[in-house]
Amino acid sequence: MSRLAPGALLAALAAWTAMYSTPGAAAPLEIRMWRHDTGDAEMAAGRAAVARFNASQEKWKVVVEAMPQSTYTSAITAASMVRQLPCVLAIDQPTVPNFAWAGHVRALDSLLPRDAVARLLPGGRGTYRGKLYSVGQFDVTLALFSRRAQLAALGVRIATIDRPYSAREFHAILVKAKQSKIARFPFDVNGRSRAEWPSYAFLPWLQSAGADLIDRSSYLRADGVLNGTSALGVARYYASLYAEGLVERNPADERAFEQGRALFHYTGSWKSDDYDRLFGSDLVVMPPPDFGHGPRIGAASWQWAISRDCRHPEGAAALLAHLIGTGEMAAMSRATGHVPVSREAAALTEHYREGGARRIYFEFAQRYALPRPATPAYPAMSAVFEKTLSDLRAGKDPAEALDEAVEAIEHDIARNNGYGFSSANQVGAAQ
Amino acid sequence: MTARLGQDSIWAIGSFAAPAMLLFFAFILLPLLLAAGATFTNHRLVSPEPTRFVGLDNYARLLSVTILTVQADQRQAGEEDVRFPTWRQSRQARPGLAGYRPAFHVDLGATRYVLAARDPLFVRSLVNTFLFALLVLPLQCGAALGLAILVNQRLRGRIFFRTVYFAPVVTSMVVASIVWSFLLNTDRGLINELLRALMDDPGAGPDWLGDPRLALASIALMSAWQGAGFQMLVFLAGLQSIPPEQYEAATLMGANAWQRFVHVTLPGLRNTIVFVLVSTTLLAFGLFTQVDVMTLGGPLDSTSTVVYHAVRKGFHEQDIGYGSTIALVFFMIVLGVSALQRMLAVKGAAR
Repeated sequence: MSRLAPGALLAALAAWTAMYSTPGAAAPLEIRMWRHDTGDAEMAAGRAAVARFNASQEKWKVVVEAMPQSTYTSAITAASMVRQLPCVLAIDQPTVPNFAWAGHVRALDSLLPRDAVARLLPGGRGTYRGKLYSVGQFDVTLALFSRRAQLAALGVRIATIDRPYSAREFHAILVKAKQSKIARFPFDVNGRSRAEWPSYAFLPWLQSAGADLIDRSSYLRADGVLNGTSALGVARYYASLYAEGLVERNPADERAFEQGRALFHYTGSWKSDDYDRLFGSDLVVMPPPDFGHGPRIGAASWQWAISRDCRHPEGAAALLAHLIGTGEMAAMSRATGHVPVSREAAALTEHYREGGARRIYFEFAQRYALPRPATPAYPAMSAVFEKTLSDLRAGKDPAEALDEAVEAIEHDIARNNGYGFSSANQVGAAQ
Repeated sequence: MTARLGQDSIWAIGSFAAPAMLLFFAFILLPLLLAAGATFTNHRLVSPEPTRFVGLDNYARLLSVTILTVQADQRQAGEEDVRFPTWRQSRQARPGLAGYRPAFHVDLGATRYVLAARDPLFVRSLVNTFLFALLVLPLQCGAALGLAILVNQRLRGRIFFRTVYFAPVVTSMVVASIVWSFLLNTDRGLINELLRALMDDPGAGPDWLGDPRLALASIALMSAWQGAGFQMLVFLAGLQSIPPEQYEAATLMGANAWQRFVHVTLPGLRNTIVFVLVSTTLLAFGLFTQVDVMTLGGPLDSTSTVVYHAVRKGFHEQDIGYGSTIALVFFMIVLGVSALQRMLAVKGAAR
């Protein structure tokens, strides 16, 4: 290493002082951002998006801190209780109303440019009581994966957007596949996944039959909605899949479809990269079965919100506006394969533009997607529903299981004074 | 310094006891008092609403149980299949049962006896916890004693066997649980594959963790396997403290192996056995990790335990007030059981 001449050092020092003493070019303010740890491609894409934001202006400098997904939500809760939340947070969209109600995050309506928000599909927004609390760059969609050759060998048609499988037809196919010994358990539904997956995957079945977790006009009543006739039909259907051995109750791994042990895989579009590579043109992507009111899938994935404690909300908002810009959204989709949440961004991607190889996922998102109930009770409801499904798997009577779920949900709502939807007295009787 | 060596001075006692007392207050007594305080409130983990005093509501919800009889549906009379009305139907006739749900029921002909509770899962969890203790206690202590006697023999390679039997104890319970849930897997687990090979029947092999009748027993089996090594070491220490002269004397008097075991070994191990029984019971009451990893309380709540229930209520459902109530009530129950065990042991010693 060569020694710096004193003259050069002085000159450098002078230049440095000049740079930072010029008015208007102060050191950028730091904005902290938390996100959960995901796959490498998504992490890299997220970092690149933030780097572009940092380079695009000099006022703010965003610092990203990643933490493991399994404990992420409790980390936010803990940080919020001691008022240590960073400015920007990644949140799973269905929990956004709970965070808004608990006061962790602030409304974004006045912070974000109106036209940028207007372009977002429902899968890109998180709302609570009519206000916007989070925005997202991408969505994922549910789909039914299968293989062309196997379906042809079985003599079964391929479902399309215009003609999805009806639930009855789908059940008959599964029985046929089981009898013809194509697969011991023909239908893989990610039986090892816990937490949000069961609700994300099977609540759409209820909705497709015309039922729901809760009455969405009041967000207070589950009785008659979650245990009505149509919901009961879906619960019986779900239980029969296990009782008849069409779905494995407790699978040992998550590779049944790729190893050819299952004919169908009901999972998210996040698998499309792997399956395209593995099966090429043999792969078919189909809409989920129709329980009467057309197929349904869950809308919205992880999104960004601004915390209540944030001291520079305008900087955080600038970042969010940058992230939901059409170009950034398209870049994220190109890097990760996720579905963009605006038509403009979709048009910019090779996969999701009209005629693109994965346009079908975008169509699913546009036609079938229904957000989960936007109530702070959702995390509790989702936990109850997960338990109900696991009881059904084990053979509990569907009517009793749904009645129990209704009571657990209404009890939770009453205990939280209606979660801001009404006074305690109105639902106190539901206990 | 006024105190001299060998004399009890209040200062000496104080300075020796202070660190322990400080830790006791900070980490045992204070949390216990805070939890006791929380049981009288509706405190939530996260809520924008203020915590309110609710009196004994939490206790009432936890401890309310009732037994009622339900008659089979008359409409179905005459048919082979006896059908009972669903719980909602049978409750509609009795407005007093608004918050109650069934925990257990027994059918005797056309009459069903239902044990209903306002928190039926707590009742089930309590029963499961005691059932687990009943299963694991003889299993684990018996296995430990057997192993201890085995590795106490003057055999070649006994150090190796001691290590092997002790190995599960130093394995993390989470790791052990994951490995065992693979072993016990219905379709592709090693144990069922083995059964199928032995019985030459591709359909053989029970659903270990998916069958409500087997799940708790499976977990008990696995827990006994994991924990027995520790009790084995305690028993081993006990065995080695029995003077060899007693065995020699017994042999000279013509006692056979069984008589030596009953009249020398067991009396010599009395205190050890009491210690092992009490500590194993306490450990069994704390069952949580295995359930959390292997079954999540299912199938049909057959493996839910009190600690698991308290964690689920307190943290997953964020109901700290109610979770504390469960924990405190259970603490009292465990305290009672330990006191009873101790009383019996003291009585036994006096005999």
